[in-house]
Amino acid sequence: MAVEHPVAAQPGDQTRIHNIGYRTYDGPRLGRSYATRSLYSQSLRGAYGLGRSVKSKVLPMLLFVVMCVPAAIMVAVAVATKASDLPVDYTRYAIVMQAVISLYIASQAPQSVSRDLRFKTVPLYFSRPIETADYVRAKFAALASALFILTAAPLIVLYVGALLAKLDFADQTKGFAQGLVSVALLSLLLAGIGLVIASVTPRRGFGIAAVIAVLTISYGAVSTLQAIAEVQNSSGAIAWIGLFSPVTLIDGVQTAFLGATSAFPGGVGPTNGEGAVYVLVTLGLIAGSYGLLMRRYKKVGL
Amino acid sequence: MIATESLSKRFPRVTALDRLSVDVGPGVTGLVGANGAGKSTLIKILLGLSPATEGRAEVLGLDVATKGADIRERVGYMPEHDCLPPDVSATEFVVHMARMSGLPPAAARERTADTLRHVGLYEERYRPIGGYSTGMKQRVKLAQALVHDPQLVFLDEPTNGLDPVGRDEMLGLIRRIHTDFGISVLVTSHLLGELERTCDHVVVVDGGKLLRSSSTTDFTQTTTTLAIEVTDSDDHPDGTRAARDALHARGVDVLDGSGGLPGAGHILLLTAQGEETYDLVRDVVADLGLGLVRMEQRRHHISEVFTDSGQGSEQSTEAQRKEAVGHGS
Repeated sequence: MAVEHPVAAQPGDQTRIHNIGYRTYDGPRLGRSYATRSLYSQSLRGAYGLGRSVKSKVLPMLLFVVMCVPAAIMVAVAVATKASDLPVDYTRYAIVMQAVISLYIASQAPQSVSRDLRFKTVPLYFSRPIETADYVRAKFAALASALFILTAAPLIVLYVGALLAKLDFADQTKGFAQGLVSVALLSLLLAGIGLVIASVTPRRGFGIAAVIAVLTISYGAVSTLQAIAEVQNSSGAIAWIGLFSPVTLIDGVQTAFLGATSAFPGGVGPTNGEGAVYVLVTLGLIAGSYGLLMRRYKKVGL
Repeated sequence: MIATESLSKRFPRVTALDRLSVDVGPGVTGLVGANGAGKSTLIKILLGLSPATEGRAEVLGLDVATKGADIRERVGYMPEHDCLPPDVSATEFVVHMARMSGLPPAAARERTADTLRHVGLYEERYRPIGGYSTGMKQRVKLAQALVHDPQLVFLDEPTNGLDPVGRDEMLGLIRRIHTDFGISVLVTSHLLGELERTCDHVVVVDGGKLLRSSSTTDFTQTTTTLAIEVTDSDDHPDGTRAARDALHARGVDVLDGSGGLPGAGHILLLTAQGEETYDLVRDVVADLGLGLVRMEQRRHHISEVFTDSGQGSEQSTEAQRKEAVGHGS
């Protein structure tokens, strides 16, 4: 423009930023499944604070370290003392560390879904090609994956350590595999429960409190009742009581089918028949929380 | 661009849309209606997110009932309410939204930088959104609606909460979306006045029914109202009344500025028949020796559009006349 009217050009015009104009986009539009995958990876990264502020990286990273350090110490001890076995079973590790896992799920489930609800970002997602089911699946899968990373990482530390300590390879590999299946189930179960609670509590603080309350109260109540049942010699009831909290539920499943020793009082896990019920309840809870999330987001819409 | 055919949406207790048939062509189209007139419901249906109770609608030639996902890929949407997370930067947020629209990562980043620049966000785009002013937030909301280069955008009350300057800037931006970017716009507002300046075409809905659909030039040119304000002088201590009487003597109907606002009594409204009315006003004011403070075209208020079908506004016009007579006597 300045070239066309050199006389009219004011001194100020020379420092002007020239607008290069609007460019249209003719490139590919990758559609629904790509958008769903992007949401999954964004949510998974977000669960460890990646792509978010420094402040939001602190807690998840800290919890991750806290999960792994005991495993590293156990390995160091096993290598140093030339022990014949690891001090703790692969399947037992997550049960022992359940407080850390609960804290993690309580902090990250609300950050994953409550933010979108609280700041009403959800309509922006649904005004794009993705559907309700895509959103729910991406969020569910992302949180379950994040939990799996949290719970599987110390098992890998244990496994590698066990191999370095030259423990029996076949034995360790079998235990490691069983441990992975167990934490995978636990991740799915806790992610489902955590997300359902978080999706009905748009305020993040309430979400955190609610998830912690549900996980600890249910575990506390179940353990207490089991202890009472043990004292009263009604050990038959112990297994059935265990159905009512997520952690004891996974404990029951792995005791019955994954060669774990039960953490129940008296060490009496469910029998195979009872174990089948445990598996059904676990899968039912996972499917149920998926269904509840779908129902919740059907309502949110725009 | 958009075509609806006796589109209805009924909720258990309210009818949000009542057999609405409207055709919207390319360009900037204003959708005007009072709160609860069914504007947002219409947008939801057009995005394929809420099924219509009866009737059908097409957006970009695609049926909303069956091609919702295809429509949403080619259409942008800016909601009325806040929708931005405060703890991420505008750039991160808009990149994410671009990817949600199906843009590959590199294209998403490039388009985000372009779009944010076009809506007028520069260095601040790297700061968390929580610290933005309302005007900047509106720009981010607009950017996320444009980032995937849609063929059509729905803007729901984009000037809400903005100060007059911000309002003007936003309206200018909306105009540019069509003229510079080549994207058609459907913009809702409850203020007809601001849409008149921006839109090629205005659709007025009330109670879910179509009240009027016409091009903007249609209803600004058929009746132009002039507002004039004059000073007082020694000869004419009440200059306003003197001007009114003089104009009346020359056969021009004059109304008082309505609304009962402070100072409104000093404003005279008259209907301009054409160029000669302007000359007449000039001559009359000059003959009286008064100063002409303002002479401007008055835009219609939404209530005046309702005159066609609503009887309520007829009464108000009558009331205005009575008031004018009362002052005159």
